[in-house]
Amino acid sequence: MNTPAEINSAPNFGETQFTRKKRTQETVAKCFFGGMAALMVIPLILIVGYVVVQGWHSLSWDFLTTNPTHGGSKGGIWSVIVGTLYIVTFSLCISAPIGVLAAVYLNEYAKDNWFNRVVNLAVVNLAGVPSIVHGLFGLGAFVYAAGMGKSILSASLTLAIMTLPVIIASTKEALAAVPRQFREACWNVGATRWQTIRRIVLPNSISGILTGVILQVSRAAGETAPVMITGVAIFKGMESTGLFLYDPFHEQCMALSMHLYFIATQASNTAPSLPFAIATVMIALVLVVNTAAITFRSWLRSRKKW
Amino acid sequence: MAPGPLFHKMQSQRSKTGILLERAIELLIRLCGISAILFVFGIFFFVFREGAPFLSKLNFAEFFGSINWIPDSQTRPQYGVLALIVGTFSVTGLAMLIAVPFGIGAAVFVSEFCTGRAKEILKVTIELLAAIPSVVWGFIGIGVLAPMMIKTFHANSGVSLLNGAILLALMSVPIMVSIGEDALKAVPDSFREAAIALGATRWQMVWRVLVPAAKNGLLAAVLLGVGRAVGETMAVLMATGQSIRIPHAFTDPVATLTATIAAELGESNRGGDHYQVLFLIGILLFTITFIVNLAADLIVKGVRRK
Repeated sequence: MNTPAEINSAPNFGETQFTRKKRTQETVAKCFFGGMAALMVIPLILIVGYVVVQGWHSLSWDFLTTNPTHGGSKGGIWSVIVGTLYIVTFSLCISAPIGVLAAVYLNEYAKDNWFNRVVNLAVVNLAGVPSIVHGLFGLGAFVYAAGMGKSILSASLTLAIMTLPVIIASTKEALAAVPRQFREACWNVGATRWQTIRRIVLPNSISGILTGVILQVSRAAGETAPVMITGVAIFKGMESTGLFLYDPFHEQCMALSMHLYFIATQASNTAPSLPFAIATVMIALVLVVNTAAITFRSWLRSRKKW
Repeated sequence: MAPGPLFHKMQSQRSKTGILLERAIELLIRLCGISAILFVFGIFFFVFREGAPFLSKLNFAEFFGSINWIPDSQTRPQYGVLALIVGTFSVTGLAMLIAVPFGIGAAVFVSEFCTGRAKEILKVTIELLAAIPSVVWGFIGIGVLAPMMIKTFHANSGVSLLNGAILLALMSVPIMVSIGEDALKAVPDSFREAAIALGATRWQMVWRVLVPAAKNGLLAAVLLGVGRAVGETMAVLMATGQSIRIPHAFTDPVATLTATIAAELGESNRGGDHYQVLFLIGILLFTITFIVNLAADLIVKGVRRK
């Protein structure tokens, strides 16, 4: 009796030296490339895990909710977290609308001509400008030329321009995923271009757009070089532990990224575990924000109707 | 076809303000659309504006040909950036020597040998690793790699060319994997089927068919990795030791263009020679990354057209 499995299986012609050699080569190839991937990914995970383990035991509710004292070497990191929150919020409030509208232009309005190719090229190159050069630009343009001084506003504007190209790219991808038939159907019932975008294109791509913007939260929170020269202070003594600690238009603030740099390289008399704790907070922030965005994205993909 | 009477009737049903509002929104969209060009020119203009006054005093032969960087000398300050350029390219070059084989190997593994769940998990892990901020990498360089270097090489300081290069390699692998995987995905399946049908092993298929077919995309992946490594600031500032000289061994400390701007901008006075030279270095960096990104973009475009 032939079971179905036997019928479906490939006929066995007997192992020749050639097939054996071929199978060995297959395994060798798989192990070789798998090893390449493992050699990159496993040390990364080990290193990050080591930092988290070192920092974990000095994390406490007190550490998170008290302000730093003694030039940052003692106390907690509350006002530092709030500073990062200010900068991230302001910069995304500026870059998200501009980035989304720019992507709408590039995907919905722009014809394929030399001018729009230059615009696309500018977006690509804006994404490649080194972060410290963004910082120099922020210093020259916002701090000095626009007279904003070193302030939360200058730092946020600098970061906004840095995150802009990535938001444009992710939004463009989300807009391009909306099928062309949706637009054509809408135009055929007499809607104008903007009505189509407002009622059909944006509602159908808002989830993808939001994911792209959320992913920029962790990037904006982690940037150090551009904000350290445009509006983030090394240390600021603070009494209050509220949420509204800083005046965003005239004041500098502290930020997690700068705090870690300062504590790890320049501060004296700090507990050795302190920089590990700050790094853990930053890694946790990245993990939470990105996992949320990735989960959100795959959930949306699974319930997409087309 | 000319619009008929029905069209005019429909037009007249919309209120004047509605039409005006739509015009205004479309104007706004167009403005945001071209903002990327304005920002790229803005970055060049404002960075150049701060550094330009020094151009008349600049001795190009000394600037590019001398390794003496003595900005704080009372008698005769010297601004030779050769050692910084060598530093940047030695760190980037060493990082690429480590990252390119592993990055491309990992891309091949993800794209050709991984399926289903394993692929998803690997891609998400790589995406998360790409999001870890550079200041955290810098701290890992000081806090984790440096002690290991001291133990392994019996060097007196763990911060060195090698330390920075390892960090940069780890940081640029994720971007190489994702761009490289896209490039491999773009190779039509008929290529793979033809190779298998001819009796090639997967090993042969990868080396003889896929890599030659995707070589432009893989090159673009490497170039984007180079762009990222050249522009990286915080990780190299913290992990390479910031010592301005030509390195003779992997364990020597070096200084890069980016890190020198970040380290010395705070101690230079606005309008002084030192300050202006740092902005000129910014322009130099802007130019280098502009060329690298432009090349990568042209190569990617070439792939798509095929």
